Amino acid sequence: MPLLEVNNLEVCFGLRQGSVTALRDISFQLERGERLGIVGESGAGKSVLGFSIINLISRPGFINKGEVLFEGKNLAALKNKEMRTIRGNRIAMIFQDPMMTLNPVLTIGDQMVECLRAHRKISKQDARVISLQKLKQVYIPSPDTRLDQYPHELSGGMRQRIVIAIGLLLDPDLIIADEPTTALDVTIQAEIMELMVELCERNNVALILITHDLGVVSEVTQRTIVMYAGRVIEEGPTKEIINDAQHPYTQGLINALPQMALPGQRLNQIRGTMPGLNDLPSGCAFSPRCDYVLPACHEAIPALTKSGGCNVACHLVTEQNNLSEVNE
Amino acid sequence: MFAFLIRRLFQALVVMFVISIISFSIQDNLGDPLREMLGQSVSEEQRQAMRDEMGLNDPFLTQYGRFLGKAVQGDLGTSYFFKEPALDVILKKLPATLELVFGATLIIIVFSVPLGIYSAINPQSIFSKIIMGVSTIGISVPVFLTAIGLIYVFAIELGWMPAFGRGETFQITENLDTALLTADGLHHLILPSFTLASIMLPLFIRLIRSEMMEVLQSEYIKFAWAKGISPWRVYFLHAFKNTMLPVITVGGVQIGTMVAYTILTETVFQWPGMGFLFLEAVNRVDTPLIVAYLIVVGAIFVVTNTLVDLIYGFVNPTVKLTGK
Repeated sequence: MPLLEVNNLEVCFGLRQGSVTALRDISFQLERGERLGIVGESGAGKSVLGFSIINLISRPGFINKGEVLFEGKNLAALKNKEMRTIRGNRIAMIFQDPMMTLNPVLTIGDQMVECLRAHRKISKQDARVISLQKLKQVYIPSPDTRLDQYPHELSGGMRQRIVIAIGLLLDPDLIIADEPTTALDVTIQAEIMELMVELCERNNVALILITHDLGVVSEVTQRTIVMYAGRVIEEGPTKEIINDAQHPYTQGLINALPQMALPGQRLNQIRGTMPGLNDLPSGCAFSPRCDYVLPACHEAIPALTKSGGCNVACHLVTEQNNLSEVNE
Repeated sequence: MFAFLIRRLFQALVVMFVISIISFSIQDNLGDPLREMLGQSVSEEQRQAMRDEMGLNDPFLTQYGRFLGKAVQGDLGTSYFFKEPALDVILKKLPATLELVFGATLIIIVFSVPLGIYSAINPQSIFSKIIMGVSTIGISVPVFLTAIGLIYVFAIELGWMPAFGRGETFQITENLDTALLTADGLHHLILPSFTLASIMLPLFIRLIRSEMMEVLQSEYIKFAWAKGISPWRVYFLHAFKNTMLPVITVGGVQIGTMVAYTILTETVFQWPGMGFLFLEAVNRVDTPLIVAYLIVVGAIFVVTNTLVDLIYGFVNPTVKLTGK
């Protein structure tokens, strides 16, 4: 049994003008200890997907359809009280901006101890001992003084280490990291990513890394999901996706990396912008921006189909595959 | 911390100095104190002689200099009407006013915190909408009307509450008494306290509600949920502590303002406090008493603001109180 299995997940936001679908028909699996990257541009639904796994989508969002099976248990159908025993305990979450994630008026120690004591019946002293251990694991300098400090006394990189330590407190099976390094400067980014990989490997923790940074994804993850306008458009082993992207959108993303442009040239970009979720074009949502658009692209939404080692949702790729089959 | 208090003390002196100039310079426009003191039958020559004797004909700066010289020794002049030091007259009435402010503050805290939190957590519930609606009415009805309404319902129609006065008081020392220590005094305190609270309470409910709603949107609250801790802890520790920061700042100033609102409440309920005394002093053109009242109120403002800053520094770890 995979650790996490998401089946046909659909997430909607009930707005005054009617409901908007933010995620459509999302399915994927995650094995124990596996590291999965979710990439896409802003508004593609990456973060919503991360939050919907622990059923913590902010109002007015809600899971409309589908299931999130964690060790075989459907989290989407769990009552709040049962869900609380999973959050922070079996599944931990790391947020984007460490400057905003920690409560400014509570000490680091308070924020760690309360998390431990919410899930385990232990004394405050024992909880502090465990907290200290975890702070050591994330290589915080002089960890024992940190417990009594407030977040504002620490730097951004240090705070993200503490957030990671909080995530590790209860030895979770899965960590969902929502752009954990976006708010940090580049040197710290590399350190934090290295730390996360090390900790996940050592403790056999699965990781879902939500990011728009393909470079980070290629270094950290084994498998990647590319999202566009609330759908999965390409999914497969990270190496194959980076080296041999099949969907024109993924190719565009990779071409847009600064290292892909020649010196002195303008950076490559995908023309246009992602459509809003309430006025998606008919057919493939990427078709207005696609250079290889076919008549079929305007008519039907392409289904995710197997192509090589990956699954791709693109009429062009399906057609090419059909052609090569016929030729063979 | 010590440097902070010294600095505040210095600021307080400056504030009171400015207040004294302002209140001293308006006293000439309040009317003629002699008419109240002497009545109609005294001749103009006698009046002029009396004026000279009291120093009222001296130039403004001379008068003010004389006042300031005495004021630094703790003498704010002698009340024309009571023939007693003005400061003593006011301080004798201070406990009654502070009782009222204390009662109203208690009511505000007891009601605004739970109602504000509730309506922030459940903004869509019918009860929240009722709270918001009623609070709009509360803000818009003037204090004296609230007072008269409460007297009509609870004192006259239902007969549950006394309509006026401070009731029986408990003498602590010769000059200090309190209504808080007798059942009758507390009974008398209820209606005036609710009246005084009627303006501030809706304001506080709305303030706590809007601050709390903003805090609940923040990342650290989302992170707290993601840690799997109980809703009780998220709302009352994580969210409420952050909500209180701006509420303390605004609220502290408002409680200071409430001292001023007591004038209306005390007058309607015949509550023998400073505000009631002040209104009488204005009617009698008892200028030393008016000036002394304004200075005492100024001092109360400075003290409450200092207390607010101390509490704020205590609650907010990112603030350190320094003399700078």
